[in-house]
Amino acid sequence: MADTAKPKGGGTAKSSGGRRQNRKNDSPDLADESPKDLLDHYRRMLLVRRFEERTGQAYTQARIGGYCHLNLGEEATVIGLTSVLDERDYLFTNYREHGYAIAKGMSPRGVMAELYGRTTGVSRGWGGSMHMFDTETRLLGGYGIVGGQLPLATGAALAVTYRGGDEVVMCQMGDGTTNIGAWHESLNIASLWNLPIVYVVVNNFTGMGTTVEMASAEPDLYKRGSAFRIEGHRVDGRDVLAVRDAASGLVERARSEQRPFLLEAYSYRMKGHSVVDPAKYRTKEQAEEARDKANDPVAIFEERLLNAGVLTEDTKKEISDAVREEVADAADFAENSPHPDVSTLFDYTYATPVANESKRMPSEPVFAE
Amino acid sequence: MGSKLTLGRAINTGLRQAMEADPKVLVMGEDVGKLGGVFRVTDGLQKDFGADRVIDTPLAESGIVGTAIGLALRGYRPVCEIQFDGFFFPAANQTFSQLAKIRRRSAGVLSVPVVIRIPYGGGIGAVEHHSESPEAYFTHTAGLRVVTAATPEDAYWAIQQAVASDDPVIFLEPKRRYYEKAEVDTDATLSAAPPLDAARVARPGSDATIVAYGPMVKTALQAAEADTERDIEVIDLRSLAPIDYDTVADSVRRTGRLVVVHEAPLTNGVGGEISARVTEECFYHLEAPVMRVCGFDTPYPQSRLEEYYLPDLDRILDGIDRAFAY
Repeated sequence: MADTAKPKGGGTAKSSGGRRQNRKNDSPDLADESPKDLLDHYRRMLLVRRFEERTGQAYTQARIGGYCHLNLGEEATVIGLTSVLDERDYLFTNYREHGYAIAKGMSPRGVMAELYGRTTGVSRGWGGSMHMFDTETRLLGGYGIVGGQLPLATGAALAVTYRGGDEVVMCQMGDGTTNIGAWHESLNIASLWNLPIVYVVVNNFTGMGTTVEMASAEPDLYKRGSAFRIEGHRVDGRDVLAVRDAASGLVERARSEQRPFLLEAYSYRMKGHSVVDPAKYRTKEQAEEARDKANDPVAIFEERLLNAGVLTEDTKKEISDAVREEVADAADFAENSPHPDVSTLFDYTYATPVANESKRMPSEPVFAE
Repeated sequence: MGSKLTLGRAINTGLRQAMEADPKVLVMGEDVGKLGGVFRVTDGLQKDFGADRVIDTPLAESGIVGTAIGLALRGYRPVCEIQFDGFFFPAANQTFSQLAKIRRRSAGVLSVPVVIRIPYGGGIGAVEHHSESPEAYFTHTAGLRVVTAATPEDAYWAIQQAVASDDPVIFLEPKRRYYEKAEVDTDATLSAAPPLDAARVARPGSDATIVAYGPMVKTALQAAEADTERDIEVIDLRSLAPIDYDTVADSVRRTGRLVVVHEAPLTNGVGGEISARVTEECFYHLEAPVMRVCGFDTPYPQSRLEEYYLPDLDRILDGIDRAFAY
């Protein structure tokens, strides 16, 4: 299953033809696939694409505060990974999570409203872009701190083992995470205690602006589990079917073998690290490579489906219109949802009543005689 | 019927009670199982509850606390042991960025009932990392409860209450008091114990108030006894976040004088916050500024000098004298 085609990353810009050739060789044959599933993958990828484009727009219009990291260019990874998770399986992600939240089953309305900081958001507006939680769909969080989610996901997998359940935990992260201490502590514990968890490194070749080669002594990231005896695989993250198959195999093996696995999926980050990042660290060639249609997972899949006759121009328009409508509806919903009231400023900090908790607002008297 | 227990044994017995009462309670940490912990606080628990429930972890504080948070997200109540105060810092990221904040950022959807037990404070002839008082780092972070215990009786109940709390609790154990014995009524019920965040008047008095917590409560009581001229009230704070200001303010309004004592360095310590708050709430009752008797603003000293660093009876009496100089 391991893809031996080595990505060049942001290091050197080359014609992407060779890599596309690899992809076509490795990717499952469309003839073996259910057209309905293929169209569903396509629709979901397009939804993430349009949702993120709308998010970027809303952010630059100052409708969304804080920082905002988009899944643009990672749609095949997002949909490929989440398509193999059962409803009972858990997902932990990092701060680039909007697509994962939608793909795991949260409504685009709730996710967009969360980005807008409105009370109708999935975390009632308190989590924002990086911190969406939903116990129903079992997305146990985006996490804003690099590596923050790793020991937590490992602990959730320990809970599964302890209880004797058959759920699997998937823990997504970026390439930069593999250099932080929590990575080593978590993979060691997961392997030592035989936990059913799949760590997924989404390698977009740059931790913000620092390339993998500049940051990692072993730039073949899927090999980095070897010190913990964790089997690692690499897959072309631009190819939704390849990601799906790679992830599916590892998730089922994690379930049946009760072992951790590592999957590296590489694809290009189409924009900067966050919406406001001008990505000055990229050379002209690197920027072109990241924007190249030949590296665009949505364009790649669309072309394949059109060529195979699974997608027609009519269906394409139909899907596109429906997705646009869904995204517009989500944005309208967010736009028209209430802001949190200032009276909720002190809420949710503690689960139990706190004596003498300071809750004085500026207009209130200092002394509560 | 009561029995005489050391403070360490009282925590051990309390943990045992908590584990018997709730199968979701797990204990984890470095050498907490077979060895029973460096201070033997978890002694015998693995033997009785199994290696699945009393888990010997790798030496990885961030991994221990982070994994505990993950367990708590799935409904368990892990109790982590950090071997010494200064060993906590590798787990700071998980504690401050995740443990304290997940409930808030999930708008109350997720609670994280993790207890982090930390033997803390000096007086055992050890150096830094093994003798520190890091409480102010925790009390500055909303979302955490921070408690200490000065007596075996308190330790026995507080650890059970900490485990039962739906909030994360930093449980600071005064390591130099681990071996001090006192009567503990282990037959009483948990619900009859005073709340986790209530202060306790350890010695009533009318002329001045000493507020102390953890290892300093005993020293404060000795100072109060030694003062034959003045009638000193001693308050054992017990909870550092939140602080029971009602009990403190009530005392200060009666005595008019307050000395706060802790081992941690003076600057930006818990004592400074108490001083500010008491000044706000009891300004017209104060006969003197609030005095602080604390550790110095240095790293913890080498063992031959720690007796000069730690507040003792003389320094506390000196603080009281200063309060009476006004």
